[in-house]
Amino acid sequence: MTSLYYALMIALALGAYFLVRSRAAALAGGQTLHSRPNYHGLLAAAQVIIPMILIHFVGSVLSARFVEYQSLVAMDPALLTDELRRGAAFREIREFASGRGAANATQALQAGAAMYAYLAALTNWAVLGLGLAVGIAMSLFSLRSISGEFRARNRFEHVVRYLLMACATVAVITTIGIVFSVLFETFRFFQKVSPVDFLFGTHWSPQTAIRADQVGSSGSFGMVPLLVGTLLISSIAIFVAGPIGLFAAIYMAEYASPKFRAWAKPILEILAGIPTVVLGFFAALTVAPLIREVGTSLGLSVASESALAAGLVMGIMIVPFVSSLSDDVITAVPQSLRDGSYGMGATRSETIKKVVLPAALPGIVSAFMLAISRAVGETMIVVMAAGLAANLSFNPLDAVTTFTVQIKTILVGDQEFDSAKTLAAFALGFVLFFFTLTLNVIALAIVRKYREQYD
Amino acid sequence: MSFASPMIQEQANMPEPAAAAAKVAARNVNVYYGEKHALKDVSVDIPVRAVTSFIGPSGCGKSTFLRCINRMNDTIPICRVTGDITIDGKDIYDSRLDVVLLRARVGMVFQKPNPFPKSIYENVAYGPRLHGMARSKTELDEIVVNSLKRASLFEEVKDRLQESGTGLSGGQQQRLCIARAIAVSPEVILMDEPCSALDPIATAKIEELIDELRSNFTIVIVTHSMQQAARVSQRTAFFHLGSLVEEGSTEQIFTNPKDKRTQDYITGRFG
Repeated sequence: MTSLYYALMIALALGAYFLVRSRAAALAGGQTLHSRPNYHGLLAAAQVIIPMILIHFVGSVLSARFVEYQSLVAMDPALLTDELRRGAAFREIREFASGRGAANATQALQAGAAMYAYLAALTNWAVLGLGLAVGIAMSLFSLRSISGEFRARNRFEHVVRYLLMACATVAVITTIGIVFSVLFETFRFFQKVSPVDFLFGTHWSPQTAIRADQVGSSGSFGMVPLLVGTLLISSIAIFVAGPIGLFAAIYMAEYASPKFRAWAKPILEILAGIPTVVLGFFAALTVAPLIREVGTSLGLSVASESALAAGLVMGIMIVPFVSSLSDDVITAVPQSLRDGSYGMGATRSETIKKVVLPAALPGIVSAFMLAISRAVGETMIVVMAAGLAANLSFNPLDAVTTFTVQIKTILVGDQEFDSAKTLAAFALGFVLFFFTLTLNVIALAIVRKYREQYD
Repeated sequence: MSFASPMIQEQANMPEPAAAAAKVAARNVNVYYGEKHALKDVSVDIPVRAVTSFIGPSGCGKSTFLRCINRMNDTIPICRVTGDITIDGKDIYDSRLDVVLLRARVGMVFQKPNPFPKSIYENVAYGPRLHGMARSKTELDEIVVNSLKRASLFEEVKDRLQESGTGLSGGQQQRLCIARAIAVSPEVILMDEPCSALDPIATAKIEELIDELRSNFTIVIVTHSMQQAARVSQRTAFFHLGSLVEEGSTEQIFTNPKDKRTQDYITGRFG
């Protein structure tokens, strides 16, 4: 039904567009139009499409509510007040109505299903009819409003403006929505677990006892081991990616011949396109055993899954973020500044160190921040290479775990949404979000303080 | 880079001897940008402690030639230079010569003011720091203040030496660039259309400054303005389509040019 609705809408809009445009064009023969015929047509199409989409959206939501209510009433009015059975009953009604229901259906269920089928069809046709009527009315309205003075061009500008505004609003509202939903679940978590225990506790073991006599499932939610693990792995990653990425960018931007740059830069950027799960098994199957072997031969005790392995591979993963963005900002530094420095008798590396890098600093800082955010939020590599053990350890050769890995572990598999274990994922998510937000704020402050503005 | 051969000395297109001793001497300089032959057989003497101006229509090669004198063209990968340029009789394209030291001796001021995005003080201190010219902070301070004074900028900026050089007006920025260039005590200063981005008052100040600097430095200036060439320079060279057409005392070039093309250009027939 929906596809029919939208097919009709598109047909109607196209019809309105061509009809209004040709009418306006015919009018243009006799007099000068304020707006070109094309704008009359575009405005007409917009005037058909926008109300019809609104009608379909609002109509679908309202009619779904109405149909659910009425069919539950037809089945058993007592269901309406029973929150638990209500959802299940309505699902049963829909199943039965679509012909997949059980053969031994009760009388009540059959009544509900019949009501459902009848009302669903009715409301669908009602929405379709209403939409079509409005669409046709709007087309006729557009046809009638064609005149020499009609400012279709300016009107269409409004349409474009509101369309863009709507898109921006969707993005902003989604962000706010996500933040608030995480925030609310975090509050629910803190009703079960004290914030002090969560923030400063040094023991992470989210398994809660299902039976009273179960052993070893105390359910403690101290996030410090996760924080330390996240920081450890991210710092290893940025210690790998920072120098490699930045120096690669400097070479590409300042020293490399255009020929070399032309093929080396795309290859570096391909690195950013390797799925992290591929990097993950590279870390788990190649790098981690290698580190273990080297470590053992040096007489160190190395866990088979180590923070170092995950950090190293993650560092390789974020090299392209650092190098590509840094390369862009270094290239954007005006040649005149370099000329000025060369003209003073500076060598290339002196010019880079004293003029180019300071001028490019804000961009380089944001490249690093983006890379760190990626590292902090990365899950797959850590799951595969660093393990799940929540050890509180600063030793890069130990197995550690991170926020993201624990969120993933908690939410995989069966869960109920009122246990502290499940809600802990939201609290962890909120901390993670707060963490990256702080990073961004710090980065902005650094950029503002040390910005050396050219031009 | 070949050494000047006796053959070249005998060639007919030798420029007439300059008024004073030559600081910079160029013989048969050719410049190619890839396939393009940008500068053709230029031979000229640039006298010491005087202002020499290069004039000519856009794309005539005057800036290209200017950039040969401190080897700035080396920074352009596709650029190739042949011929001989000597400063005080020493070949500057000699492979044993350190181009970085050459540029400390031959300073440059660019068309668009290009102060570094640093403080005024740091801009001027840049060169002396690079070449280790000051042993102490007081010595460096002295160099900075002196350079700013010689660029007649000190009075305007003495209270805000730590503010950004990019916050100055266009004319002040250009004088800052001149201060920056003279801070390393160069022997030659090259100026590539130093006033083209400035208003008439700022231009007048720069011209006055150039005239003062003449007593200590050998100055070469590329300019689009013939009035400017006439006002500030003692010698003038006219370039056209990559060739040096005529070179002589400024007075002679502007009052009694020998070549028809020079006459056409200075009377505004083309360019």
